[in-house]
Amino acid sequence: MSNGILVFVEHRQGVINKVSFEAVAAAQQLGASLGQEVTAVVLGADAALANEVTGFKLAGVVSAENPKLADYTPDAYADAFEKVVRAREPQYVIFPHTYLVRDFAPKLAARFGKGLVSDCVRMKAEGGAVTFTRRLFQGKMDADVVASGGGAVFATFQSGAYRGDQAERGGAAAAVESVAVEVGEVRMQPEAPFQEVKAAVDLTKTDVIIAIGRGIKSQENIALAQKLAELLGGDIAASRPICDAGWLPIDRQIGSSGQTVAPKLYIALGISGAIQHLVGMKNAGTIVAVNKDAEAPIFDIADYGIVGDLFEVVPALTEEIQKLKG
Amino acid sequence: MKIFVLMKQVPNKDAVLRVRGDGKWVEEGDLSFEVNESDGYALEESLRLKEKKGGEVVVACLGPQRAKSVIKDALARGADRAIHVVADDFAQAGPFAVAKVLAEAIRGEQPDLVLAGLQSDDQGYGQTGVIVAELLGLPHATIVIDVDYSSEQLRVKRELESGWYQWYTMQTPALLTIQSGISQIRYATLKGIMAAKKKEIREAQPAIAAGEGEFQTVERVYLPLKQKQTQFLGDGDAKKGAAQLAEKLRNEARVI
Ligand SMILES: Cc1cc2nc3c(=O)[nH]c(=O)nc-3n(C[C@H](O)[C@H](O)[C@H](O)COP(=O)(O)OP(=O)(O)OC[C@H]3O[C@@H](n4cnc5c(N)ncnc54)[C@H](O)[C@@H]3O)c2cc1C
Ligand SMILES: Nc1ncnc2c1ncn2[C@@H]1O[C@H](COP(=O)(O)O)[C@@H](O)[C@H]1O
Repeated sequence: MSNGILVFVEHRQGVINKVSFEAVAAAQQLGASLGQEVTAVVLGADAALANEVTGFKLAGVVSAENPKLADYTPDAYADAFEKVVRAREPQYVIFPHTYLVRDFAPKLAARFGKGLVSDCVRMKAEGGAVTFTRRLFQGKMDADVVASGGGAVFATFQSGAYRGDQAERGGAAAAVESVAVEVGEVRMQPEAPFQEVKAAVDLTKTDVIIAIGRGIKSQENIALAQKLAELLGGDIAASRPICDAGWLPIDRQIGSSGQTVAPKLYIALGISGAIQHLVGMKNAGTIVAVNKDAEAPIFDIADYGIVGDLFEVVPALTEEIQKLKG
Repeated sequence: MKIFVLMKQVPNKDAVLRVRGDGKWVEEGDLSFEVNESDGYALEESLRLKEKKGGEVVVACLGPQRAKSVIKDALARGADRAIHVVADDFAQAGPFAVAKVLAEAIRGEQPDLVLAGLQSDDQGYGQTGVIVAELLGLPHATIVIDVDYSSEQLRVKRELESGWYQWYTMQTPALLTIQSGISQIRYATLKGIMAAKKKEIREAQPAIAAGEGEFQTVERVYLPLKQKQTQFLGDGDAKKGAAQLAEKLRNEARVI
């Protein structure tokens, strides 16, 4: 069976989520290796957003429509997407690994008796067989996974795994096929999305960020990092567990559910480098990591690394900088 | 109100991982284990709900005998009883198989609420809870960071990306996947630890065999390939590393 590849294009409040283009690039690459066509799927109340993806090199765009799809809910999305999958019987369904996809795609896959091959960082297609690579242990291990059995394979790709600007554009606009889909009972009612009151500190404007992770061990030890930050004229930030524990306020959190920053210098102290943290800081100019584990994933994106105990490194570094500053 | 909490035992976060001989999983022999981070928060939330609404909190766990330590700790913190689906060979099982086993283990109990963590720290599928909800026919909400069940209606605050949030009103019974940091986790008291000894842990068999009805197979596990050429400084000597780094920060990054 070879009925092509579907790729999900996500939007919120009338704006397409750019990571969808990364999924389009992934799907196109898979399509090229397998000799299969790629069709985009947009869910919504009408075809307005479907028209925005017709510029990509696609066999077509399916716009699955129902008034209940105006606001995102997992019930409505799973119902609508299920109809599309049943009608087209694709071999692969590709998604970006976003919070919205995490919310409904496992439900969709479950209706086909499957789970998702989730959060993939790459894939390889050889002789018709596809091997997906997923991250395990918060980025500390990779696993090559082969999906088998009949029917569609549902896979999600981690943000940054493919480049959205490499999604191929087509010559002629892809045709939009509007289909009215049935949606059953929706058992949850969303209210309007909101942001918490404006953050007290705007870390996007700082040149130097000293970020601490669980390796800092206790709230009192934060003073060590604070001192270094003052010396470099920078600000203090943290990984999620530090804010979860209440050691620093949430507006200091860097990552997918916190702030996204790109300072000139980012020093990560005792942070392992889970993807949800990396997405918030990987575009910093210079990245320094101090970690006692030489295999910590943070070193994969660091320009400079010190493998060692931060309680030795940080005081020594503070002293050296003091010396240099005279 | 009957609340089920899905709790998984995972290797310690600071564990040094080695690939097992067959290349398909990590060597478990030299690891120590702990509760999955978000599951600890799921338990805390269920205990708080019980304190407000009454009822019982039941832990459901799929794992080998060593997972008992997670169960006992949960009972010591205040859970009322537990169902332990005992199996040695589910460490690499895919999300559908795991969800199927957990769903069957609690189906007959007709819970009012099921709470799961949002993601496991080892497999990181990020989907077991949602699949359990589908198999049990429950509505669900993921990445929940606040639960308001003060009135008849269940209202939950979901975390969206980049600092956005959204409240949902849910029909019940429902399944929620809980985000870390939803509240501060209590410690087990001595009294709790003593009381836990008398609480029921019912052992059960998995409803399906590991690998049955699963469509993803792990071929190989390995350390990720490095993409960036990190300059390592100090060669294991903290002082030397610090001095070299200070130089780099001045001459190359130019921040001093
Ligand atoms: C949906 C979702 C959203 C998330 N959002 C975010 C987010 O916005 N931001 C975020 O940061 N995380 C987020 N997370 C959590 C993320 O997955 C990781 O759990 C988290 O980033 C880990 O924080 P950490 O690196 O501080 O802790 P750990 O992973 O526990 O790492 C601690 C590190 O410190 C090192 N260490 C320990 N002691 C020392 C020492 N003495 N000296 C030097 N090094 C030492 C260890 O080797 C280890 O590498 C999210 C997770 C999910 C599922
Ligand atoms: N073996 C297990 N036993 C109990 N709960 C589990 C198990 N595996 C997964 N879960 C639950 O499902 C959540 C998500 O796991 P995962 O889909 O693997 O990321 C976890 O946080 C747990 O609440």
